[in-house]
Amino acid sequence: MIQKSAEELAKKQREISIAEFFEKNRHLLGFDNPRRSLLTAIKEAVDNALDACEEARILPEINVEIIQLGETRFRVIIEDNGPGIIKKQLPNIFAKLLYGSKFHKLSATRGQQGIGISAAVLYGQLTTGKPATIISKTGPDKTAHEFKLKIDTQNNKPQILGDEEKEWEGKDHGTKIEIDMEANYIKGRQSVDEYIKETAIVNPHCTIIYTNPEANQIIFPRATEELPPEPKEIKPHPYGVELGVLIKMLETTSATTLQQFLITEFVRVGAGTAKDICENSALLPKTKPKQLGREMAEKLYKGIQKTKIIAPPTDCISPIGDELLEKGLRKEINAEFYCSITRPASVYRGNPFVIEAALAYGGEQEKESTIRILRFANRVPLLYQQGACAITNAIQNTSWKSYGLQQSKTSLPSGPCTIIIHMSSVWVPFTSESKEALAHYPEIIKEIKLALQECGRKLASYVNKRKRIGEEAKKRSYIEKYIPHVAEALKEIIGFDEIEKKKIEDNLCEILEHTRGELEEISVDNPDYDPELAKIGQEEEDDEYQDEEKKEDKYINDAEEKEESNSKKKKPGQQTLI
Amino acid sequence: MAKKKENNVVLNLKNIAQGIYNKIKLQKQPQLEMPIRALSNVSYDEREGYFKILEKFKLRTLTASTIKTFAQTLKMMGLSKNLIETNDIATKREAYYVSKNWGDARFKEQPESDTVMDDVEAMMMVNREQIGFIPEEKGGDVAGKLIVIDKDQDTGKEIKIDCTKFGSGAYSVPSSVEELKFDTNAKFILAIETAGMFQRLVKHNYWKSANCILISMGGVPTRACRRFIRKLADECKLPVYVFTDGDPYGFGSIYRTLKVGSGNAAHINEFFCVPQAQFIGITPQDIVDYKLPTHPLKEVDLKKIKDLIKNDPFIQHHKPWQKALQEMAKMKVRAEQQALAKHGLNFVISDYLPDKLKNNKTWLP
Repeated sequence: MIQKSAEELAKKQREISIAEFFEKNRHLLGFDNPRRSLLTAIKEAVDNALDACEEARILPEINVEIIQLGETRFRVIIEDNGPGIIKKQLPNIFAKLLYGSKFHKLSATRGQQGIGISAAVLYGQLTTGKPATIISKTGPDKTAHEFKLKIDTQNNKPQILGDEEKEWEGKDHGTKIEIDMEANYIKGRQSVDEYIKETAIVNPHCTIIYTNPEANQIIFPRATEELPPEPKEIKPHPYGVELGVLIKMLETTSATTLQQFLITEFVRVGAGTAKDICENSALLPKTKPKQLGREMAEKLYKGIQKTKIIAPPTDCISPIGDELLEKGLRKEINAEFYCSITRPASVYRGNPFVIEAALAYGGEQEKESTIRILRFANRVPLLYQQGACAITNAIQNTSWKSYGLQQSKTSLPSGPCTIIIHMSSVWVPFTSESKEALAHYPEIIKEIKLALQECGRKLASYVNKRKRIGEEAKKRSYIEKYIPHVAEALKEIIGFDEIEKKKIEDNLCEILEHTRGELEEISVDNPDYDPELAKIGQEEEDDEYQDEEKKEDKYINDAEEKEESNSKKKKPGQQTLI
Repeated sequence: MAKKKENNVVLNLKNIAQGIYNKIKLQKQPQLEMPIRALSNVSYDEREGYFKILEKFKLRTLTASTIKTFAQTLKMMGLSKNLIETNDIATKREAYYVSKNWGDARFKEQPESDTVMDDVEAMMMVNREQIGFIPEEKGGDVAGKLIVIDKDQDTGKEIKIDCTKFGSGAYSVPSSVEELKFDTNAKFILAIETAGMFQRLVKHNYWKSANCILISMGGVPTRACRRFIRKLADECKLPVYVFTDGDPYGFGSIYRTLKVGSGNAAHINEFFCVPQAQFIGITPQDIVDYKLPTHPLKEVDLKKIKDLIKNDPFIQHHKPWQKALQEMAKMKVRAEQQALAKHGLNFVISDYLPDKLKNNKTWLP
């Protein structure tokens, strides 16, 4: 065996660009199979469009179009009426991974890291070799500019293939992106159709015009003219900061004393609390932040944990609201009973969050099968990785039997029921970059369970009422069945005429009904129900594909497991990737 | 039964129905009242020698949950009235089939219709023959020195049936025995639990040597069988000896019912009991004295013993019975009549019965 020297080995050691990393690990971003890739690309673009519109306080109108170019080749076009992007920033936003406005702030937006849309461009480039085309216009009197972009994966930099000024007729402002990619369009619960529909349900302020590859256009008109309140940006809460981040903050702060640093860089820290922290860390409030070494920083970190600090403000989160959530559910499902609740804000790792839940029971829903779960995070539907999600875990660990659903030990309950869970937070912890499953923080699971229990109690009282009424109705029909026999027998023994018999029957009715009181009624009356809407995403998937899907799902699960074991070492939801 | 009494039954039925009708007219919940038919509603009358019914009544108020039975009870009353008026009869099973005509009020199984029939019977405080129903069960077999005087069913002419002339067979007790008359010079009546033992005694003409009348009860004696023995014993002034298996069922169900009646038919025990009956065997003491082969008592047997001691007014009244039952519970065994065959097939005829009949100290009350 020939031994190799360290010098020789060093020739092969070099930096890996983030773009190269994702080129090889695209499943981490949700681009693992052709069907899911189509969804992920559209999802990333729609997320960005909605975020941009809301940030600019514009009522969003989004146009999504999928055109089939070949058997496995599709073009996706997403156009919004957002504020547009200035020329200088555009290439970085669409063709540089980890470039964005949302990573460094804490506010309830859909996008987080600045990976998604660039990853879609990268995926298109990898599978077709073609650049993405982006056109943007920032105002009625401005000219639009159009870019053709690729990503230079070695350097994670935009590669501009075309850059020209263009007239964009009839458009005041907005952005449109076109990407060609290898993909597969299949209907069903994990389809683009379903995603668009669910997005429309939880974003009632948004109009979506969707054209699928069959050239069917579906318009989801907005249900409210009111934009959700603007998400407020908050500073980090001391409890949510990790040591490494704390050290970096100490290095970069402009504050001159430790006390000032604590007051200005964190939320919920005033002069008093800052003093307490210093005391608990055995550090002088007057210390210069830049002079604190690693050991002192660790003391500070421990001091923070020892100090009682008020929970972060929660007005920075904009939940959908239980009413709107229930309304959305009513559109989608024709049930007998609906309920919804919005939990008070809570905190995990220093990040405030709100859980909302809605539930639909009975009606036209399947009675025997497992309940349907609709998961949302910051108004984005989550269609994949249901099994890995904290929401699923919370549902499984809630005892549904007492609420009137069937459930074998810690599995998903079954019954005619659909549950919506929405988590909104300044930072939603996902188990992976493809953002499909919530991480299992105990605080989050607890809140979801509380929301479910609250809905469950309402459900139980409805189910019991329905049972009671059912039994009562049965009893009444029972009474009605036997009244004529009582009258008939009396007639046989005493011997009276038919008229008298009728009178006796009437009297018996009176006597028996009188002792039972009025019969309550249950009716299914849901004027909001939209059968056309409900049909979307419910189409059967091709059998052939389902097998393939299962195989691929398995592959995904394997990938997730590996990923999970990695992230366990890191702590779930910690998303710094470089 | 006298015609007048039957009319009384119809009148009674009409009165009850009228009462219900009146209540309904007043928009009040009607009720049916009937005596409780259970051991808890009887007391042992030592002087009369049978289970007398007490004053406990149950009320069946018309509500959603009782309306079906309520309707069925009324229908059954209607059927009864109809039967009496047309001078017809129906067996329990026939009544059950008649109900199939009642639409939703029909009975699903015969036990349901039997219970309702018993309720009507108790409500009227009469025997079910008087309300037009007869049991289809056999009354029991008779052999020995007895002439039964019956009537020809067509001509009404008197027929004399000599119970010594059935060879290896036997005379069968009819379901209604009220019209029968008897002629006998026998010394006693021997009532036997099992058909097997009866066969052996008939085969060897035991009745001839012992000068007696043999009656096979075939388990718990039917009403007809009880009434037959009672009538025969009363009219011919004969003692009645009872010979059953040595087990709690033989003591508590067969002998007890024959002698003092049952809880279920509490309202008619007066006529359907044989207070003069005496228990000659097999007693727990016999098992020891005759070294009989035994079977272990099962859980149900022990429970039955406990139940008898605790709840049966007849057993409670008789110390010797309590002692015997307790002894059996201690021995934890039972013995069948046929177990006597251990000492030879005819040991029962040659030794056991003569010994027992001679020595009334070995009997139980």
